[in-house]
Amino acid sequence: MTKQLRTRIASASVMIGFFVLWEIVCVAFHLREIVVPRPSVILATLWEDLPGIWPHDLQTIYTTLVGFGIGIVAGVLLGILVGSSKLAYDVAYPLLIGFASIPKVAVVPILVLWCGAGTIPAIITAAITCVFPVIVNVATGLATTEPELEDVMRTLRASKLDILRNVGLPRAMPYFFASLKVAVTLAFVGTVISETVASNRGIGNLMMIASSRFDVPLVFAGLLILAVMGVMLYGVFSLIELRVTGWTRRQDMSVSG
Amino acid sequence: MSDPARSETFVELANASLTYGRGTSGIVALKQTNLRIAKGDFVALVGPSGCGKSTILKLVTGLLTASSGAVLVSGREVGAIPVRVGMAFQNPTLLPWLRIRDNIHLPLKIVPPFRANFKAKRHSEFKDRADALLKKVGLEGFADKFPWELSGGMLQRASLCRALIHDPELLMLDEPFGALDQFTREELWAIMQDLWLERRPTVLLVTHDLKEASYLANRILVMKPRPGHIVEDCDVDFARPRTIDMTYAPEFVALTQRLRQLIVAGREPGTVAQ
Repeated sequence: MTKQLRTRIASASVMIGFFVLWEIVCVAFHLREIVVPRPSVILATLWEDLPGIWPHDLQTIYTTLVGFGIGIVAGVLLGILVGSSKLAYDVAYPLLIGFASIPKVAVVPILVLWCGAGTIPAIITAAITCVFPVIVNVATGLATTEPELEDVMRTLRASKLDILRNVGLPRAMPYFFASLKVAVTLAFVGTVISETVASNRGIGNLMMIASSRFDVPLVFAGLLILAVMGVMLYGVFSLIELRVTGWTRRQDMSVSG
Repeated sequence: MSDPARSETFVELANASLTYGRGTSGIVALKQTNLRIAKGDFVALVGPSGCGKSTILKLVTGLLTASSGAVLVSGREVGAIPVRVGMAFQNPTLLPWLRIRDNIHLPLKIVPPFRANFKAKRHSEFKDRADALLKKVGLEGFADKFPWELSGGMLQRASLCRALIHDPELLMLDEPFGALDQFTREELWAIMQDLWLERRPTVLLVTHDLKEASYLANRILVMKPRPGHIVEDCDVDFARPRTIDMTYAPEFVALTQRLRQLIVAGREPGTVAQ
């Protein structure tokens, strides 16, 4: 407990120290606000402009979560498909890597062409940005199931579906939840990219407009909001992971012999 | 062969062989083997590593398919008719995310006819069934624990329960006592004997331990490797129930000694014992 507390304190001090150092550097080197605003100025801007920022903030969260939801469903289904057999895994992998390697910002213009600017391309961008870690992790979880566990099921003459439901999927759960933490931050990236390129709402759009007005403190306020939201979503999914897949960590401490 | 229960053949290997790999590089795990096992019998397979003991188990359960010849269970090709099979491995192979009771319930969830009313009975009849078995193997009160909360010996007991919960007609034991300490092992032998006397499944036990084979089995098949084949088929007719004390009797010691010689015989001098 004390060790955990110490880690938390250290973590918080590093974070605060980072901003304090930033502030000091800005003051000491007389950095202009238009280049790098001081944290205190950013916070003040955030506070003053909050009524204006808030709707954009909600829009970004909404887009991210909807895209994330679509990404999870698609990711799990495709992951099951890819992980269901060694053959499918080996065949589909190069294609997946190919798709994953495409910078998603390059896809946004196509999406805009198809669906028009606004929320829909942002949702789709979020979904395709976050889907890959889910696919890969679910597939890996399924593909690495211990053969002994499958043997147990096969001696019972269990069907493929039985094995998937009773062994494969529960076995892949820790991988799935680990991927959610990564996926939710990626969904964020996708949303903001799309908002920056083609939207009139959302934090990405807000930052674009702010930077075109040389309102640099507002741009940084946008960044700060994104970072805070990212950490919060990451935290939520870490907690869920901890609750659902506790057995993986406990297992390491199990008694042997 | 006077026992009427032993007259009916339940498992049969007819010229069954198994080769891993193809062509000249293939490894023959089991040379053409003929074997009949009577219903309700307790048969032990002994021999050094790589002699095809586990191969026979896997052929009979359908985990492997014979390269040539036939493997019949209850008169039909393996898998043709549903035969309830229970299996316990050297590793307990319990599912780590399930409580012990749910782990033991797994066969009931999968295997007909239990499967049909698993949902309805899991908290009543099937729960009692699991708890009764757990009590029998000395795990009373551990049903709600997770596998990581139990020791290796306890996990192996739970694994035996899982192999028996659906009243299998065929019970496959692949060295389930191999990784346990002497005293736990002897205790589990006695429990295993009781369970067999009570339910009379047909048992195939793979083991390295000659004492274990002689204590538990009615019939011992001695196997040798390269290629895997059966060299000796001997009946064990000590009275049941057998006790650990009996394993120190001269006839018993003579039997294990003879088995040992059969396995060691023909090894070139200087060969490292396996």
